[in-house]
Amino acid sequence: MNARSFTLGRAIRLFILSFGALIFLAPYIFMISTAGKAQSDIFSSSLSLIPQHLSYVANFTKALTRVSMTTLLWNGVVVCALIFVIQVAIAIPCAYAMAKLKFRAARAMMVLVMLGLLVPIHATALPIYVAFDRAALLNSYFALVAPFTISVFGIFLFLQFFRAMPDDLIHAARLDGMSETGIIARVIVPNAWPAITAFAIFSVVAHWNDLYWPLIVVSNQSYATPPLGLLYFRAAEAGDDYGALMAATLIITFPLVAAFLLAQKRFVEGITMTGLKG
Amino acid sequence: MSTLSLRGIHKSFSGNQILKGISLDAGENEFIALVGPSGCGKSTLLRILAGLESADGGEIIVGERDLSPVPAADRNIAMVFQSYALYPHLTAAQNIAVPLVMRNLTRTQRLPLIGPLMPGQRKAIANIRRDVREMAVSLKIDHLMDRKPGQMSGGQRQRVALGRAMVRRPAVFLMDEPLSNLDANLRVHARGEIVDLHRRAGVPTIYVTHDQAEALSMADRVAVMIGGALRQLASPQVIYDDPAHVEVAKFIGQPRINLFASQVGPDAIVAIGDNRLRLAETMAPGAPVTIGIRPEFVTVNRSGQHGLPARLDRVEFLGSEIILYCRLDAIGETVIAKLSPSEGSGLAAGMPVRLEFAADRLFVFAEDGRRLPSLPVGADIALEKAHG
Ligand SMILES: Nc1ncnc2c1ncn2[C@@H]1O[C@H](COP(=O)(O)OP(=O)(O)OP(=O)(O)O)[C@@H](O)[C@H]1O
Ligand SMILES: [Mg+2]
Repeated sequence: MNARSFTLGRAIRLFILSFGALIFLAPYIFMISTAGKAQSDIFSSSLSLIPQHLSYVANFTKALTRVSMTTLLWNGVVVCALIFVIQVAIAIPCAYAMAKLKFRAARAMMVLVMLGLLVPIHATALPIYVAFDRAALLNSYFALVAPFTISVFGIFLFLQFFRAMPDDLIHAARLDGMSETGIIARVIVPNAWPAITAFAIFSVVAHWNDLYWPLIVVSNQSYATPPLGLLYFRAAEAGDDYGALMAATLIITFPLVAAFLLAQKRFVEGITMTGLKG
Repeated sequence: MSTLSLRGIHKSFSGNQILKGISLDAGENEFIALVGPSGCGKSTLLRILAGLESADGGEIIVGERDLSPVPAADRNIAMVFQSYALYPHLTAAQNIAVPLVMRNLTRTQRLPLIGPLMPGQRKAIANIRRDVREMAVSLKIDHLMDRKPGQMSGGQRQRVALGRAMVRRPAVFLMDEPLSNLDANLRVHARGEIVDLHRRAGVPTIYVTHDQAEALSMADRVAVMIGGALRQLASPQVIYDDPAHVEVAKFIGQPRINLFASQVGPDAIVAIGDNRLRLAETMAPGAPVTIGIRPEFVTVNRSGQHGLPARLDRVEFLGSEIILYCRLDAIGETVIAKLSPSEGSGLAAGMPVRLEFAADRLFVFAEDGRRLPSLPVGADIALEKAHG
């Protein structure tokens, strides 16, 4: 960057952007700060960002010992991974068929996908809960994963991406002797990585942070996902020990933040390539 | 060795008839160029042949077998696409290997991790490697084998696409405008290479192009398709010198043929300028016909009494030839003439000229476009008639 490019306009733009970023980051920064404060600091009348008595170690020890953090994180990983893998395994063939194959029900399926996009989980939560209860499936990974395995959003996203793939590529694959499954495995998936990463962000973030559904189907601590665990932690252990609570929150949000920072470039690539900005 | 026959292929898209009964036979190692204006259904025909699209009616016979019910993967027909359609995530070598991997390895042998444990897999892969290498050497792309399509030039991609199509020794070879993405020089060079490859492969080949120079220079026979129907299938000479339909005459030839509306006179005689033609079949006098003559058979005289008076509108110098646009004084129509530079020296726009047509090069077409066989009427007969 040379000196000339740093004009007044540029400085103003940079300032506005930094200000916006600061506003968005403020809660997170405050959480980091609170995680290191002792009880007396948190409830002092003055609002300070730097803890007066650094008690990170104490708070993290409390967070890690009073609640089985490993179970929570493990549950989160299992649930998110299962949901994501099954969603992709269903959405990709489905979107491929809708984008590239000609069949009678294509139009009807498109309508169903659109309808599916409009119906939130809250509308179907109760019937599903009742069904799971009758089938004695509550308090299981199945109950946490099953309602999300068919992602209409995923189908829609992949559909848009596959439509842009040239037909000739698929024709060539057919002439080369591939079956439709072969085409998906050998041509579609290897070329769909941008869309898959973009979808991964949306899916994993949504389900890692989801509190609503686990709260409905899980009452047994050993199946609690991270946000649900936090809730238990607050209710049962921490009380008003916000330092320990924030430390636990920090631990739980850390995996996503770390994953994003590590794979930032690919994620941004994926989101811009699928045209799903914002 | 195999032959290819199409019998009455029909296809409609949502009520529009795109192919109106195409029938065609290609011999064992014949190279047929399929030409026609944009949108006439050439690509559709190839896709139907390859099995990527189903026909509404008709038969596709390769060797002795009707392929209509056979899925694309089992037809053993290879195709080169205009866009090349190389797999973007695979290297050139992997691209060429795909058809062999899909055919020569079993389903389990293709699996990752488990595949290498299957008996015979190692040997099959070694054979594929060897075939790919041979193909690459014969196409002179062996130095590109580790590159992905995105890292290759258009010409290189086109060769990889050719290699992928040829490596499995298909029974029929289809090409859909494979050279249209190349620059002019490379295109002329690649023409020769494709003809060579075709000779070596020795399978019936259908080559779609809308470049008539390509069609005439490469093919054993040229099929001219207009509006979903095959108008003529013949050797390049016949297509050019003896067009069967006015659309064929219009489509082939650069600059395009001169056409004049006329009428049949008494005794099935058609006249234009000093030329008189007798039709082989009798037609009612007054029936409308079209008379055609190619620009190179128009003679331009600067003076004299013979020929149609005209005025030079425009002179185009093209190096090896000169194109003249002349406006006929009588009817105001433009006639295009093609001359060698020596014949055309000194001609300039605005000059009055007289045009003569080579009598044995005039074509007569009926109102529906059909060619009407005709013979020039000699001057003596004309005289006789004048006296009688
Ligand atoms: N899947 C389809 N659905 C509807 N119409 C189609 C379809 N495919 C082709 N057509 C129509 O069929 C006609 C012929 O198309 P085709 O691609 O065969 O033309 P072409 O002769 O290959 O032209 P070009 O020289 O431009 O490649 C066109 O009018 C096109 O709009
Ligand atoms: Mg085409």
